[in-house]
Amino acid sequence: MDAIYYLDPTTQFVLFSIVKIVVAFVITLTFVAYAVLAERKISAWIQDRVGPNRATPFFAQYLPVIGPALVRLGIFQPMADGLKFLLKEDFTPAYVRKVYFWLAPALTAIPAFMTIAVIPFGSTLGNPNNPMVIADLNVGILYSFGIVSLGVYGIVLAGYASNSKYPFLGGIRSSAQMISYEIAMGMSVVAVFMVIGDLNLSKVVEYQGANILHWMAWKQPLAFFIFLVSAFAETNRLPFDLPESESELVGGYHTEYSSMKFALFFLGEYANMIAASAMMVTLFFGGWAYPWGGGAAQGFLGGVGHIVCFLVKMLVLMGVFIWVRWMFPRFRYDQLMDLGWRRFIPLALVNILVTALVLAALND
Amino acid sequence: MDSQLLQYLPVLILLLVAIGFAGSTLALSVILGKTGRRTATKDIAYECGMLPEGPGSARMSVKFYLVALLFVLFDIEVVFLYPWAVIYKQMLRENAALILGGMVSFLGVLFVGFLYALKKRAFDWTR
Repeated sequence: MDAIYYLDPTTQFVLFSIVKIVVAFVITLTFVAYAVLAERKISAWIQDRVGPNRATPFFAQYLPVIGPALVRLGIFQPMADGLKFLLKEDFTPAYVRKVYFWLAPALTAIPAFMTIAVIPFGSTLGNPNNPMVIADLNVGILYSFGIVSLGVYGIVLAGYASNSKYPFLGGIRSSAQMISYEIAMGMSVVAVFMVIGDLNLSKVVEYQGANILHWMAWKQPLAFFIFLVSAFAETNRLPFDLPESESELVGGYHTEYSSMKFALFFLGEYANMIAASAMMVTLFFGGWAYPWGGGAAQGFLGGVGHIVCFLVKMLVLMGVFIWVRWMFPRFRYDQLMDLGWRRFIPLALVNILVTALVLAALND
Repeated sequence: MDSQLLQYLPVLILLLVAIGFAGSTLALSVILGKTGRRTATKDIAYECGMLPEGPGSARMSVKFYLVALLFVLFDIEVVFLYPWAVIYKQMLRENAALILGGMVSFLGVLFVGFLYALKKRAFDWTR
């Protein structure tokens, strides 16, 4: 294991990067799979139902007490779902625009996974030269906004390629909604970066690291609120899930999709939700830092502790995503556009102005 | 390699991993998936079981174009705000009037444009 430290720095960097990417990718995929299960289970509890409790693999009967308990919790449901997505018929209807029809699901899923690159999910694992972030870019937040914007293409293409009315309407609605809220989202975090003075997300975490009182959520509550609501709109989730409002558009842009192509849209949506939660943790809740502070980890275990702390904060926010889904009715389209353009954009501008004035006053 | 460029190498690797993942799952479902019969009914666009009427892509409201145009305008404004936000605190010590006044006038001009769009009812979707 020590042999790795005798390699030249570039090779070391590449090797560490590959390991981090593979681990982060696998963890994200697992989170996506179990986010779907959590969504179904929590929905069920909120509505006083039972939720998925049937999927039983052959080895469950050999686990005496744990087996049935896990089955009741639906732990094996994501595996069954994944397998079914692979084995179902992958149907491409005759009337669709074939190339775009195949391209769209991939274009939705890929940007969703790309966003995690700049998020610092831990301090270090003992080696200070190897921070727990895939790409420690100095333009961090700009990169993630750029990548998030790319997600719109997949959805627009899906609507266009399906050559059918419901997907078309869903795609066009979704794109208008996503670009509208992107402005409010982008403006809301400007105030955060005015306070911090650096776009690098590792620096953002460092700034908030001292203790819970330094978290950005307390210093910029309005920015956090706008960002949170915009994140719901960006990920097409209730109360803003107009692109796929079942009662009017069947399934929205993925109505004509089946099998794995449909699964990639689903995956993209949940991966976006994870990325949005991770981004909020980083920007407003101190990232991997413990509430009582403590700085970068010294040893391996300390590093793992920070990663766990980050994941716990992220899970809480994802819980909020699921919880909100059952607490608010769906907005009407004009209300949605009204909120984005006429309320949030002026509000974000005022927030920037107030922050600027307060900072100027404090400086003297 | 230049260290600035080297920073972006992990992004490239992640992109390749993501493309590989999306491509391989799509390919796997083609290989492993069930192959059903293709019938004329199955090839009809889904419109809740009714026969589809008219062309597949319906005409859309011009409002969506308006949103796209306004988006380009305001998103560029946001991009201009970031570099300003980063150096704001530092510049306050050197030339507070310039850094604050400059951005207030820039935002003011854009806000007039925003008010114009508002007055023209560009954001009013009830009509």
